[in-house]
Amino acid sequence: MDKSIIEKYQPVIGLEIHAQLSTQSKIFASDSTEFGSMPNTNVSVITLGHPGTLPLLNKKVVEYAIKMGLASGCEINRVNFFDRKNYFYPDLPKGYQTTQDKAPICKGGEVVIRMKDGEKVIRLNRIHMEDDAGKNLHLAGETDTLVDYNRAGVPLIEIVTEPDIRSSEEAFQVVTEIRKLVRYLEVCDGNMEEGSMRCDANVSVMLKGATQYGKKVEIKNMNSIRNVQRAIDHEIERQIELIEKGEAIFSETRMFDATTGSTYGMRTKEELNDYRYFPEPDLQPLNISDKWLADIKATMPSLPNYLYKKFTTEFGLPEYDAQVLTDAKEIALYFEDLCKHTKNYKAASNWIMGPVKGYLNELTLHINDFPLSTQKVSELIAMVESGKVSFAVASQKIFPEMINQKGGSAQQIAEKMNLIQESDTGALQPLIDEAIAKYPNKVAEYKAGKTNLLAMFMGEVMKLTKGKADPKITSELLKKTLDNLN
Amino acid sequence: MHIDKETIRKIAHLGRLEFEEKNEEHILKDFNKILDWMDKLNELDTSNVAPLIHMSSEVNVLREDEVKVTLKHEEALYNAPKKDSDYFRVPKFLG
Repeated sequence: MDKSIIEKYQPVIGLEIHAQLSTQSKIFASDSTEFGSMPNTNVSVITLGHPGTLPLLNKKVVEYAIKMGLASGCEINRVNFFDRKNYFYPDLPKGYQTTQDKAPICKGGEVVIRMKDGEKVIRLNRIHMEDDAGKNLHLAGETDTLVDYNRAGVPLIEIVTEPDIRSSEEAFQVVTEIRKLVRYLEVCDGNMEEGSMRCDANVSVMLKGATQYGKKVEIKNMNSIRNVQRAIDHEIERQIELIEKGEAIFSETRMFDATTGSTYGMRTKEELNDYRYFPEPDLQPLNISDKWLADIKATMPSLPNYLYKKFTTEFGLPEYDAQVLTDAKEIALYFEDLCKHTKNYKAASNWIMGPVKGYLNELTLHINDFPLSTQKVSELIAMVESGKVSFAVASQKIFPEMINQKGGSAQQIAEKMNLIQESDTGALQPLIDEAIAKYPNKVAEYKAGKTNLLAMFMGEVMKLTKGKADPKITSELLKKTLDNLN
Repeated sequence: MHIDKETIRKIAHLGRLEFEEKNEEHILKDFNKILDWMDKLNELDTSNVAPLIHMSSEVNVLREDEVKVTLKHEEALYNAPKKDSDYFRVPKFLG
């Protein structure tokens, strides 16, 4: 479609993100939440909705939901109860989902995203607790639908944003930030491919400057953050196309198809949902005391935004560095710890983003498995800083050897491998004189103005020192020697 | 408040219930009787009364996050009207 037509319209987007909490047992029963178990083995009479059974709330689910709320600046609701959301579907054995409609555990809050033109605050509407449904399998050639209830009752938090998002790129950033947050908090593994984090998007478009939102369409089934963006892009174009043709947009739920990059509508008959919410009488009220809240607060780790601000202001790092370093908590904490051993923060950042990450990526290792302590890496930084070795020698020769030895002193390794740079002018001068004496013609050319021959002489000195001459000092000394020649 | 036959049909659909058409009139009458009784209750001013959701005054009835196996796979499937060795089976539908 013509870009000028698309640009007439303003997309309005809200997200609903479901995150499976990484608890051992389910939200209302003690069955295991393990992914990939044999079908219908992680079930109980509670999960299967047998008559007369009573749910019992998992304490950790409450704590994880509160952690996410505190991390997002939400107001924590002190008096909680659950509600029943009634509908019939084979993957829902109880005939209702146990959720929080009227009194979600977290209200308000925000997610801060960083776009090219600066920070933007996306407001949250709420975060609430609920149970997941089972899984229906529609196999080709089967006359029945097969149902596996292992996932039924796995705890979820649903994070609902306000319709503050204005582009698919912003939506991409919001999901990225939320995934980062659940991983920092270790309340969810954030794996969208396996479905432990799922994102639905409510998308509408209106003419720029309009005050009335358009009819919204809900899109589902995006199994990666990239696909959230693709699905929204497609949906925006589809809606604009309809409007341009003078056609109406229906409020409906559409599924994203990753192979075609398009969305398709579901049957509309089931759209006439009426969930008839009412309070869940089987679960006693849940009160969050000041003490409990304080205890949970005390277990909160440093959060990505806090670390980002610390790295950019206190450590003076470029925004790019801070962004990369805070991507994953363990890397950020490793870097923060490294900065206790060196004041050269930019060098520390370069070491992490370069050699350390390179090593981890190559072997697909986690930073927790990285064999060198921050103390050891700081030794390398100090050696480069003092001019004993170049960064290239430190990262390509000493660093791998330290890893081989699972430690060892950087200084000793450098000495043993004979890598310490020659920065002693007394030792360098004879070698420089030797290099100059070898090429009287070149010296004459240099003196006649061909100053780029300096590089040739540098090469010669490097050869004589087997690459160990400190480049800066050598260059200065070489230039001085040449300039002083008659 | 009174309801019509359309509402009766909607409620039946939501509950996945069926009834014979000749009973419709009777069901409608029953429903409306219940609603009349509700209207009677509504005559009382309850604006200062908190809704009664729970029958006991207990709060924070919680369990620790511990895995326990309470039901064997075979027992789980035992009462299913249709099943195989792994799954519950239901009439095919598209989801």
